[in-house]
Amino acid sequence: MNGAHDMGGMMGFGPVEPEKDEPVFHAEWEKRMMAMNLATGAMGEWNIDKGRHAREDRNPREYLDSTYYELWYLGLERLLAERGLVGADEIAAAKALRPGAKVARVLAAEQAAAAMARMVPYERAPAAEARFKVGAKVRTRQMNPAGHTRLPRYVRAKAGTVSIVHGVHVYPDVHAHSPDEQPHWLYCVTFAATELWGGDADPAITVSVDCWEPYLEPA
Amino acid sequence: MSDDHHHDHDHDHDHPDSVLSEMDLRTRALESILVEKGYVDPAALDALVDLYETKIGPRNGARVVAKAWTDPNYREWLDRDATEAISSVGYGGRQGEHMRVVANTPDTHNIVVCTLCSCYPWPVLGLPPVWYKAAPYRSKVVRDPRGVLADFGVELPAGTQVRVWDSTAEVRYLVLPMRPAGTEGWTEERLAALVTRDSMIGTGLPLEARKT
Repeated sequence: MNGAHDMGGMMGFGPVEPEKDEPVFHAEWEKRMMAMNLATGAMGEWNIDKGRHAREDRNPREYLDSTYYELWYLGLERLLAERGLVGADEIAAAKALRPGAKVARVLAAEQAAAAMARMVPYERAPAAEARFKVGAKVRTRQMNPAGHTRLPRYVRAKAGTVSIVHGVHVYPDVHAHSPDEQPHWLYCVTFAATELWGGDADPAITVSVDCWEPYLEPA
Repeated sequence: MSDDHHHDHDHDHDHPDSVLSEMDLRTRALESILVEKGYVDPAALDALVDLYETKIGPRNGARVVAKAWTDPNYREWLDRDATEAISSVGYGGRQGEHMRVVANTPDTHNIVVCTLCSCYPWPVLGLPPVWYKAAPYRSKVVRDPRGVLADFGVELPAGTQVRVWDSTAEVRYLVLPMRPAGTEGWTEERLAALVTRDSMIGTGLPLEARKT
């Protein structure tokens, strides 16, 4: 979806302002929010793409007016509600009004570090040959899907060159909306800044974006 | 994402006696609901906070970089299979499943972003700083990376190629900065102290040898 999260190339946000000696968290609630997000993710009731979509699929005003951990809160509240795990009435009452549903897994404290250290790869065995090789000239499709996608707007309908063939990876555009992973070949495609931003752009700049095969056609 | 929010958080943190913020109340309520319903063990939340606040951070990545600077075989392994090379020194897991290392050279500078959200190589860098997740960086760096570098006080030599990497998939990019001059014969440990977090994102450079 063309949401406010898709920020590449937008203007007017001002300079980047790094914070000197920035702490990992800026408030106690941010710590609990980060941990709740990871612990509920471990229940296995949704996947990373559904998680991202729950944060991004909202009014641009709300997205832009929220801090990152506020978006994590809003996304988690929606994921829990959509699955009937926590009702809006319980959020409003600030307490559980019904017993919990049965979930696949509850993360135990003594397993937490090991669970985070575990690799959860997104690469899958190929079912077909890769359509493009390193060096291939490709063009991203013009597409404006209503659902989740990882092809940013600034890089749609643009010509580039395949610079890395990553392998076959779970396809977020489908995985965000169904249990199906529909894995596709994933490529790193490199674009000249002049292709993305026009003739005034610096010719010494390139931008590389990871693109699944359905995003691409031969140039 | 506004600065106002950000400052509120700082103040809450500094003044525990003050009235709890709305987000304090909402996250406390959500946590108690999750615990009452048996979905979450509060001790697991404590363990996760401790893990990402005190154990997993950019010193991990700095050790990888220092090893690459001193061990040509390790450097070659990083180029060939960064996931395996990085996990061989103990840094793997969540958000580090598919690692790629992009090396700076005298002619080329690399800089990493996630314009769509906040993808970041947690096992080697920890959780991302606020600026990495915020609109100014995500919007600007793919269009004007030199301007972003200027925001960080970094100016590259004229003619340096700039490569921006937008992490749109589950591949996570780590910048291998150039080894600072004047560090011949240094141990890995001493070199690692020169490697800043920002130099591994590409918004900074390693510290100079004379500054340590």
